[in-house]
Amino acid sequence: MEPFGTLEAAAVPIDLPNVDTDRIIPARFLRHAPGPGYERYLFHDIRFDDEGRERPEFILNQLPYRGARIVVAAENFACGSSREAAVWVLAANGFRACVAPSFGDIFSENCAKNGLLAVVLAADVCAGLRRQLRERPGATVVVDLPAQTIRGPDGVRHAFEVDGFRKECLLRGQDEIALTLSYEPAIAAYEARRAAEWPWR
Amino acid sequence: MNTPRTMFEKIWESHVVARGPGGRALLYVDRLLLHDGSGAAFERLARRGLTVRRPGQSLATADHYVPTVGRAAGIADPAVRAMVERLQHYTAESGIDYLGPTDARQGIVHVIGPEQGFTEPGLFLVCGDSHTATHGAFGCLAAGIGSSEVEHVLATQCLWQRHPKVMRVTVDGQRGFAVHAKDVILAIIAAIGAGGGTGHAIEYAGSTIRAMSMDERMTVCNMSIEAGARAGMVAPDDTTYTYVQGRPWAPKGDRWQQVLAFWKTLASDTGAVFDREVTVDGASIAPMVTWGTSPETALPVTERVPDPSSAPDPGRRASMERMLTYMGLARGTPLAGIPVDRVFIGSCTNSRLDDLRAAAAVARGRRARVPALVVPGSGMVKAAAEREGLDRVFQDAGFEWREPGCSMCVGMNGDLGRSGERIASTSNRNFEGRQGKGVRTHLMSPAMAAASAVTGAIADVRTLEAR
Repeated sequence: MEPFGTLEAAAVPIDLPNVDTDRIIPARFLRHAPGPGYERYLFHDIRFDDEGRERPEFILNQLPYRGARIVVAAENFACGSSREAAVWVLAANGFRACVAPSFGDIFSENCAKNGLLAVVLAADVCAGLRRQLRERPGATVVVDLPAQTIRGPDGVRHAFEVDGFRKECLLRGQDEIALTLSYEPAIAAYEARRAAEWPWR
Repeated sequence: MNTPRTMFEKIWESHVVARGPGGRALLYVDRLLLHDGSGAAFERLARRGLTVRRPGQSLATADHYVPTVGRAAGIADPAVRAMVERLQHYTAESGIDYLGPTDARQGIVHVIGPEQGFTEPGLFLVCGDSHTATHGAFGCLAAGIGSSEVEHVLATQCLWQRHPKVMRVTVDGQRGFAVHAKDVILAIIAAIGAGGGTGHAIEYAGSTIRAMSMDERMTVCNMSIEAGARAGMVAPDDTTYTYVQGRPWAPKGDRWQQVLAFWKTLASDTGAVFDREVTVDGASIAPMVTWGTSPETALPVTERVPDPSSAPDPGRRASMERMLTYMGLARGTPLAGIPVDRVFIGSCTNSRLDDLRAAAAVARGRRARVPALVVPGSGMVKAAAEREGLDRVFQDAGFEWREPGCSMCVGMNGDLGRSGERIASTSNRNFEGRQGKGVRTHLMSPAMAAASAVTGAIADVRTLEAR
């Protein structure tokens, strides 16, 4: 997994609350594994019309936002279905970080498993960032994971919380399965205790 | 005396294998449910050269992609057939029980887990599906996970988890006439919001919940994720024990007495402190229906489509306006009387025997005015319903009676509405495009959906059913 350090990139504002993962990638695309052409599935049904042409009013189709690698969203971003494809399809479009007042819990975990960072900032801070990004299309945001800060286009830094486990894994690009396999003695000990205490399980 | 603990805390603590940085815990997974969307996790596991650590603790079925008609002829779509065959291949290779499309016990993963006794109080159970919270109805910790986490469980039988906050939602009072479990959970989601449970596990308590059957408790826990919570749970009681006893995976003989004694220790202690407490008056809940594209837009069926200018902030107002446009609704329109084009009765929320009985009670002796689909949650539910003659009731009323699966809740198997159609649905999500591109979904209980079918419009079921 690619380590996450500091990311300076253009950011795209998404203003609607409760953007669900069905909207990020409709269910009919879930049968396809990431590969060539996968990037088109991102926000597919609001990004393209029935003939597959880009809808110019959709923000990701507007030139200054095309290279964006950071999403700045509203409350409860990526709620709903557990589909990890919502993260894969963001990654396929170059996104590495999402900023919002809150996220779907499963999406937030899925991000970390794929080297993406989901940052929670206060609702008014997110709203301010989104306003700046609309006023200055293509403006960049800096996500500094080691320092746990986000710098907006106006140069103001905002501190964010991230749990130590997630931070370590992202900074190192740590593969979680490899990490857990190193806990084999503890797992085996638990299984022995489980067999003794809860033999019916 | 020990500090009083919540049920969540007791179950969490008994599953800690190790503690990691940042307050994370490595938790032991007792049970893993797998479905036809889980194949990619097996593929990645194989690419790593790893094998399944504890195949005896998993159960698999095919539900998301399977056709609900003509199943005996096999799966026509080659891509879907390949996905189902892939699951069959990997489960056979690793020695995991697999209930395939033609198995009499096949069904929606959240219906068959409890049905087979795979779901039990006190366990930590996971599945690569956000509606895994359903199983919490038995007093276990059950959570939806992503595909990488499924792979992680297959490899290690563990997961790194962050301790969530715990919220208790207490619902007291006797439910009104024709008010069902679905109405209760829609009322809860409307009260706390689609993100109200984010970062929390919810324990549902109170006399309204206590009086519910297991089928009803599952409906409530199922939609915890629609309030943002990964897990929802109800303390086990005699209703739970009676349901579990004698099922294939359930403990038997002397072990049953032993397990029963343990299960009785699980409920939250008197005086246990929750991070958040919410109370809902169960007696005042009316039959509910959603008007927008988030489950939090649930209202009593006697209400009208709201006015976006009533929204508390510009963001909410823009969201409401977008929802009204998508839904093709004008502010102020009474919800009862909005014509529907199609009705879907099914999904992991509402496809169990109690649900089918409630819908059949309304359909009996009436005639569907729009196409209506009934999709039982499992082969076992279907057989039980047929023994009671419910299939005849539905078919005599012009409803279609299908084979079990997720069907039109998510449409992956091709059971979809057409763009612009309005569907009265017993499923869990009314998101844009969920039941097909451009399809408009109104969530409601099975009784309300049946009432919509026989009147051709959203209807207050209380005006149809005799008291």
